[in-house]
Amino acid sequence: MADPTLRVRDLTMAFGDRVVMEGLDFEIRHGEIYVVMGGSGCGKSTLLRHMLGLQEPASGEVFFGAESFTRAGPADRERMLRRVGVLYQGSALWTSMTLAENVALPLQQFTRLPASRIQEVVELKLALVGLHGFESFHPWELSGGMQKRAALARAIALDPEILFIDEPSASLDPPTGRRLDRLILELRDALGTTVVVVTHDVASILGIATRALFLDGEARRAIAEGPPAELRDHGPEAVRAFFAGGKSL
Amino acid sequence: MAAMDTSREGDSTLVVRLLGAWRLADVLPAASDLDRELALAPATEVRLDAAGVTEWDSGLVVFLFKVLEGCRTRGVAVTHAGLPGTLERMLALVQESALPPTAPSVRVGWLEQVGRRALRWREQVRATALFVGETTLALGRFVVGRARFRGQDLGLLFEGAGPGALPIVALVNFLVGIILAFVGITQLRRFGAEYYVADIVGIAVTRDMAALITAIVLAGRSGAAYAAQIATMKVTQEVDALRTLGISPVEFLVVPRLVALTLMMPFLTLFADLMGVLGGAAVGSTMMNAPLAAYMRQTSQSVTTGDIAGGLAKSAVYGMLIALTGTARGLEAERSSERVGEAATKAVVTGVVAIIAACGVFQYVFFLFGW
Repeated sequence: MADPTLRVRDLTMAFGDRVVMEGLDFEIRHGEIYVVMGGSGCGKSTLLRHMLGLQEPASGEVFFGAESFTRAGPADRERMLRRVGVLYQGSALWTSMTLAENVALPLQQFTRLPASRIQEVVELKLALVGLHGFESFHPWELSGGMQKRAALARAIALDPEILFIDEPSASLDPPTGRRLDRLILELRDALGTTVVVVTHDVASILGIATRALFLDGEARRAIAEGPPAELRDHGPEAVRAFFAGGKSL
Repeated sequence: MAAMDTSREGDSTLVVRLLGAWRLADVLPAASDLDRELALAPATEVRLDAAGVTEWDSGLVVFLFKVLEGCRTRGVAVTHAGLPGTLERMLALVQESALPPTAPSVRVGWLEQVGRRALRWREQVRATALFVGETTLALGRFVVGRARFRGQDLGLLFEGAGPGALPIVALVNFLVGIILAFVGITQLRRFGAEYYVADIVGIAVTRDMAALITAIVLAGRSGAAYAAQIATMKVTQEVDALRTLGISPVEFLVVPRLVALTLMMPFLTLFADLMGVLGGAAVGSTMMNAPLAAYMRQTSQSVTTGDIAGGLAKSAVYGMLIALTGTARGLEAERSSERVGEAATKAVVTGVVAIIAACGVFQYVFFLFGW
């Protein structure tokens, strides 16, 4: 059987002596939309930072395919990260650049494509997120939803195998958030990309997730994993309360 | 290797067969070839047949995207067969994409460029006048205690503009005193008048140099910092937040900085006077083998209270100019990180130019009145 696209094995996350989460063990399969969910402050974004190598684990490992990302040296990590795209919570577009320049930068840095081909790819990526014709706009000239879509175009510029998305619906109104969810689904279908989403937005989780992992901040561990509808109906009490919105997390 | 083969089906249909591996990094057939063929022999339909494609990535999608765009412009219908499912879904996404009309780029002639610059300059003059006017009114509200600002911010600004700048002001002015004394002694020795170096250094430092040098240092330090702080606040919409709360950014951000720097500059300059004279004394007493007390006595006999007061008055004006140029550059910055750096650079350049221009005006006015 083929290796999973991403595997987290017995991961413990800590800030100094303070353990945030321990014993995390899960696999993400090719083409899945895997959601890491839980209440605010439970360690979802910290887990994302660990998966991206922005923070080192206290113990445990993260694997990309069969390769250990945690044990890899800087050069290997850089090579592995080339297979990854990230959409940050605050979009993180470079404000001094136009949308076209934002999307073009990874292509200019990591491919040998001629400028004309890069321009074509940029137009395509922006078209994929519904922003064709906005190439010369600056991020600050766009709405929050459009900025998120532009950041998504940048994240998929290099055709990543895995797309990490941090709180896709944060600071967006619900209809815009749902539109972004649909776009994530369509892009997954069209590109065949594996998507890892960190969110606490219940509507988003139920709308897009193939499987979900629930992090319990109080227990400092993952307490449930599975298809979101199943977790909502038959999961542990804390998870059902989370879906019902009855527990302040 | 990727290839494209075209044939006609009747007069109205152009059949395009795509063959081989379509990889972005390889040399691929250009969509513009197809566009040229359509221009030479128009068709009402383009039929894409991708059954012969063995491998593909974004290279094929980019090609198809361009073909679709070209056909849409020409009003030609596109049908396709044999496309992989994922590719079909991707094309559907692309076709749904909004296409706002993009304005064609127009070449601008030199005369029009001159006109546009003149209009921009006029707009800048108008904005500067508005800023100065608004600041004057806000300062009036500050004086009568009706301005909205945070007292603790003002305290921190005083600290940053005054005590925080003391070490660099001390160092630079001490060095300027040394330089003046060196030059003075070297030149005066030719006339056997080197003992007057204390007079020259004392008068030059207290009347002009201490205020001027301190102002230039503060333009690079506080002026740039004010511009960068406020420009960053614009990027993060903090300035908008003030406006929507009904708080004037000029009252909240500009006036406290203006007050802090204008009031702290004379104190800094007084300290700079002392450091400049000490720098001169260090060189003067050493090179002339004169006791330090004698050098200082000579300085105190030559420097008048008027010299010191004049220098302090000038420094207050310089402080005001630094604060105004710094905050104005910050407020006029656009909402991008690049503009933050640009605002800081402009603040230093305009601040220094304003200080030197003001220094020139002071020289002329003081000369006219015989001060």
